[in-house]
Amino acid sequence: MTSQPDAGGHFGPYGGRYVPEVLMAPIEELETAYLAARDDPAFQTELADLLHNYAGRPTPLYFAKHLTETLGGARIWLKREDLLHTGAHKINNCLGQALLARRMGKRRIIAETGAGQHGVATATVCALLGFECVVYMGEVDMQRQRLNVFRMRMLGAKVQGVSGGSRTLKDAISEAMRDWVTNVGETYYLLGSALGSHPYPMMVRDFHKVIGQEARRQILDAEGRLPDTLIACVGGGSNAIGLFHAFIPDAAVELVGVEAGGRGNALGEHAARYRGGAPGVLQGAYSYLLQDEHGQIALTHSVSAGLDYAMIGPEHAYLRDCGRAQYVAASDTEALDAARRLSRIEGIIPALESAHAVAEAIQRAPDSTGKIFIVNLSGRGDKDIDIYRENFPELDQQELNQQELNQP
Amino acid sequence: MTRPAMTRIGRLFVSLKRANRKGLIAYLTAGDPSPLRTPALVAAMVRGGADLIELGVPFSDPIADGPVIQRAGERALQAGTTLATVLEIARQVRANSEVPLLLFTYLNPVLRYGLERLAADAAAAGIDGCLLTDASVEEAETYVGAMHRHGLDTVFLAAPTSTARRIKLVAQYSTGFVYLVSRTGVTGVQDSLSASVAPLVEAVRAATDLPLAVGFGISKPAHMAELGRLVEAVVVGSAFVRLIERNAENPTLETQLEAFTRELKSGFGAIA
Repeated sequence: MTSQPDAGGHFGPYGGRYVPEVLMAPIEELETAYLAARDDPAFQTELADLLHNYAGRPTPLYFAKHLTETLGGARIWLKREDLLHTGAHKINNCLGQALLARRMGKRRIIAETGAGQHGVATATVCALLGFECVVYMGEVDMQRQRLNVFRMRMLGAKVQGVSGGSRTLKDAISEAMRDWVTNVGETYYLLGSALGSHPYPMMVRDFHKVIGQEARRQILDAEGRLPDTLIACVGGGSNAIGLFHAFIPDAAVELVGVEAGGRGNALGEHAARYRGGAPGVLQGAYSYLLQDEHGQIALTHSVSAGLDYAMIGPEHAYLRDCGRAQYVAASDTEALDAARRLSRIEGIIPALESAHAVAEAIQRAPDSTGKIFIVNLSGRGDKDIDIYRENFPELDQQELNQQELNQP
Repeated sequence: MTRPAMTRIGRLFVSLKRANRKGLIAYLTAGDPSPLRTPALVAAMVRGGADLIELGVPFSDPIADGPVIQRAGERALQAGTTLATVLEIARQVRANSEVPLLLFTYLNPVLRYGLERLAADAAAAGIDGCLLTDASVEEAETYVGAMHRHGLDTVFLAAPTSTARRIKLVAQYSTGFVYLVSRTGVTGVQDSLSASVAPLVEAVRAATDLPLAVGFGISKPAHMAELGRLVEAVVVGSAFVRLIERNAENPTLETQLEAFTRELKSGFGAIA
């Protein structure tokens, strides 16, 4: 497999730069600055220092003994990105891009957020490095992720509600792009997933590939061999590409991305791009996209705001086309069940996004005796407590039935 | 690359030059407030003196548009407007008028329809050219090839921030005219014009002999005079769309649209 992407940001036919001309100059400026930073040892040293001392890397690779024993098949390891500062893998990318913004002489950072994890991570690095920060967030997402809205404000960010379109992640991205076009001189757009125009999918991947590099070393230390299967949830796909990337040359390692299967198969009921999606262009990139027969972007649904997006990152589209990775879906219910089970038997409340990956591991493990799985536990579940409460009303009663509690 | 034979757009700029006049390019979102209404709105703009009509095809995620055109797109989609609907609108306009028509939209609806199929159907419907705001010159080769094979012009945007290398590519891929963005920002109404237009005009003139039009944020007759001195045509979009939005229910909408077009056009008076 040749090195991806090419100079124009293409992963096979996917990716590229599909943006209005007014955004081309800032995109080119960003690319030039990133390529220089990437090759600058001083930049990498400072980033590594912050990742270690501020964010808490390396994260553990934890053997999920009880999950493994209960399922009775594969040995399941969890890559604990949920233990990072701010509670999810997103901080890896935010630290990298914020250092880049400082290097470029910008003073204002804007970002979009779905679940709010990327918004919180952005607000955090802006507080740390002294940037003005504006986070665009769909009004629907602001409602369902109120805690993260408050966290961002406490960190000094302005959370700008987006009322256009479906009032979710894709509308927040459009609004952030409009802000960028208008305030391009002083503003850095800190995109949070492996999406959008080149160089974002490449750059975001590069900042997250530390996940897979660590996991590869850790599993070799612990098991003395490479894993059989990697499992990660895929919205835009940043945590998944971060875990997968170091293993791409290891042809025997199976890569599994888990999309949001939502609550049904009809368009609008899920965010599984390989369930009825077709290649198209959205917000700067060419990739698999949920759209109607007229090329209008479809509404999506997932219980998890972070997976609720119509397009999959272009590198994932490429990995699937060439057969290197496979993509499956877990439903809302499967993700909720997985979250409850992991909480009960491992003492880890996962983010709803990550629970989709756990659900797939639960599905596969019993038939995989002798195999080793690494599941990317990309975030912790604190932000999702309101949704868990809604879905597990029996845990929210004043007097709990002890018997019920003991059933995971 | 083979260039299309001269379209109505090319002939318009020849005749403007011959008459020593400047052109007014009028944008509206097709299907706003309803597809049935659009041909009459176009006719009103033409009566008021619009020289070229940009027919906006609504897209669900218009990253390059400001709130006025975003809302128009939402209304048009709500009214059931599709690319096929807009082609039908073009056919109706073409039945009564020789006004040059430029499709103005985003790449995804066009990819979904099929590039080659759209080029053929648009040409048959009497459309003269196409502008896709998110088809950057890097990714435009297939699209440009399909349009040119069917005799359609391809118009690209140049911005004040465009580098010399990019301006060269924009000039190379554009036919009909080059659309200059008056400022960085999304489409929308503003009160004063950016001083960055003049250097941009100079840079693009150095790269091509094609006629130039300036757009984004132009809403007043005074703007027409100011820009008419620099370029061959001026584009007005959001100001028309806002008028349509505010008067969608008003039986005098067509009359008002015609009068506003005439008022804008009169702005050229001093220099024409």
